[in-house]
Amino acid sequence: MGEIVLKQITKSFGDVSVIPPLDLTIADGEFVVFVGPSGCGKSTLLRLIAGLEDVSSGTISIDGKDATRLPPAGRGLAMVFQSYALYPHMTVRNNIAFPLKMARLDKAAIDRKVEAAAAVLNLTGYLDRRPGQLSGGQRQRVAIGRAIVREPTAFLFDEPLSNLDAALRVNMRLEISELHRSLATTMIYVTHDQVEAMTMADKIVVLNAGRIEQVGSPIELYSRPCNRFVAGFIGSPRMNFIEGGEAAAEGAHAIGIRPEHLALSTESGRWSGTVSVSEHLGSDTFVYVQSPEVGTLVARAGGEVPVRHGDRVWLTPQAGKLHRFDPQGRAMSREKVLS
Amino acid sequence: MATAHSRAAARLTMAPAVVLLLGWMLIPLAMTLYFSFLRYNLLMPGSEEWIGTLNYEYFLTDPAFFAALGNTLALVGGVLALTLCGGILLALLLDQPFWGRGIVRLLVIAPFFVMPTVSALVWKNMLMNPVNGLFASLARALGLQPIDFLGEVPLSSIVMIVTWQWLPFATLILLTALQSLDRERLEAAEMDGAGALDRFIHIILPHLARAITVVTLIQTIFLLSVFAEILVTTNGGPGTATTNITYLVYALSLLQFDVGGGSAGGIVAVVLANIVAVFLMRMIGRNLDL
Ligand SMILES: Nc1ncnc2c1ncn2[C@@H]1O[C@H](COP(=O)(O)OP(=O)(O)O)[C@@H](O)[C@H]1O
Ligand SMILES: [Mg+2]
Repeated sequence: MGEIVLKQITKSFGDVSVIPPLDLTIADGEFVVFVGPSGCGKSTLLRLIAGLEDVSSGTISIDGKDATRLPPAGRGLAMVFQSYALYPHMTVRNNIAFPLKMARLDKAAIDRKVEAAAAVLNLTGYLDRRPGQLSGGQRQRVAIGRAIVREPTAFLFDEPLSNLDAALRVNMRLEISELHRSLATTMIYVTHDQVEAMTMADKIVVLNAGRIEQVGSPIELYSRPCNRFVAGFIGSPRMNFIEGGEAAAEGAHAIGIRPEHLALSTESGRWSGTVSVSEHLGSDTFVYVQSPEVGTLVARAGGEVPVRHGDRVWLTPQAGKLHRFDPQGRAMSREKVLS
Repeated sequence: MATAHSRAAARLTMAPAVVLLLGWMLIPLAMTLYFSFLRYNLLMPGSEEWIGTLNYEYFLTDPAFFAALGNTLALVGGVLALTLCGGILLALLLDQPFWGRGIVRLLVIAPFFVMPTVSALVWKNMLMNPVNGLFASLARALGLQPIDFLGEVPLSSIVMIVTWQWLPFATLILLTALQSLDRERLEAAEMDGAGALDRFIHIILPHLARAITVVTLIQTIFLLSVFAEILVTTNGGPGTATTNITYLVYALSLLQFDVGGGSAGGIVAVVLANIVAVFLMRMIGRNLDL
């Protein structure tokens, strides 16, 4: 139903090429997250799919039909904008009803659908307010409500949570995931936050400067990143990279090890160093270790590790968790870690 | 922190300015009010005497007054309607990206900087003149009978001239309002299936409501007192066809030297302006606290 296929699409603004030729297939009902650093072309890609920008070349098909030249309204997609883009002079009810009014539905049907959407999104008590009288989370919900009443083929979200505070963001994340489960509609979700990507996605598309670096499930990207960019982007805190002699010993240009795969010891280990900072988060402690052999490494240790600034510690990578990269940054086959 | 103490201090320091402004406004008003109850004719100096409301009776029963009232409303209403419609259209046009947009914007603003007397003269002699005017030549070129604009349709001609002067102002205010419209809101409407007309009616026009209110208020204040254009083009005529209240007051006090009658007219104009203002505020006040 909601399958979206992009074939060799490109986009340039004047002379500036933002999206080089790109192929991507999004299966029906999938929750796909586009993730990448700011300015890498995520929004542009989403807007190309939405029809708000015209592709410079290539084709887009939605639901099996060629949609490359269709206007936004003809593609059957609904979009939730980062700024919410609510209509400030209309009540919540009219905001949600707007797409239905534009579709010239009759009044009774509109009312029924609006009430139903409001019930799903806990907005029933706010239908007669204006967007200006709502909190950020509620505005977000109105924007989602406006999208779901149209029963679109697919939903597009452009960084919908980036204007919310941390606690609300976690809540809305869950709500959107639940919405996806109950509607089972294709959703494309753009974010620069890899935590959102990891927690929500069926499939993550990592973008860098308009190129797709890797496509895969969250676990795939986490455990088998295909290059240094993806390895560094996915995971928090980010992967430690070591170049030089230690890497050469593994037969690679660079090696990478995630903080959670470094064992911290105060007695012995592979790399020694002194603690520069230790961040106590309660459940975890992130220990920044300055090592003369390999530079700065971050290790994730348990909640109550008694190390502090200046302590001498040793770090040892867990067996089989070392990533190896060639000079072009591509991942090499996984090597057994030396015992 | 606005404590009671600092608020008192603020009031004290503002007092001189407020008193000055009040004096500036109230003294002329009070003098006009005083003159309006006198027989005061410049042709008979020294014969001033208190005649009660006689000036008002004469002014309000003068047939010219009703003509002037009608003309004033027609002038204000006509120019407002034309500048708002034209201003919205021009603003929509100028908001589109096109080559040379900066220059075109500058040109559109230009008429606002031309003095009313000058623009009225240009219109009268170079455009609307039935013999030498541009419009007359155009009409002849098309084989039509040239129109004597200021003789046959004097009020409409003046509405035209004043509209030309105020269109840039309306365009400018509406254009800035239009530029503050969030692009994403329009895109959201587009995705919601709203066509160009629906987007205009449901998104753009409501967004412009406040700017339209501002244009209406400011222009009404200035349009109630249009004077130079009438003096230069028609002198209020033919007959009283283009005499508005302002021009009537001028004619009374400076052409007929009846300062008392003119003052009464001035006070009536002030009252009328306030009535219009109250109506306007009622009508569009709710737009301001959107
Ligand atoms: N309308 C535009 N005109 C010119 N350049 C643009 C336009 N929109 C986006 N870009 C450029 O395209 C690149 C990608 O932008 P965008 O898709 O918004 O990035 P992201 O959403 O990933 O942060 C940026 O370098 C930006 O400057
Ligand atoms: Mg973006």
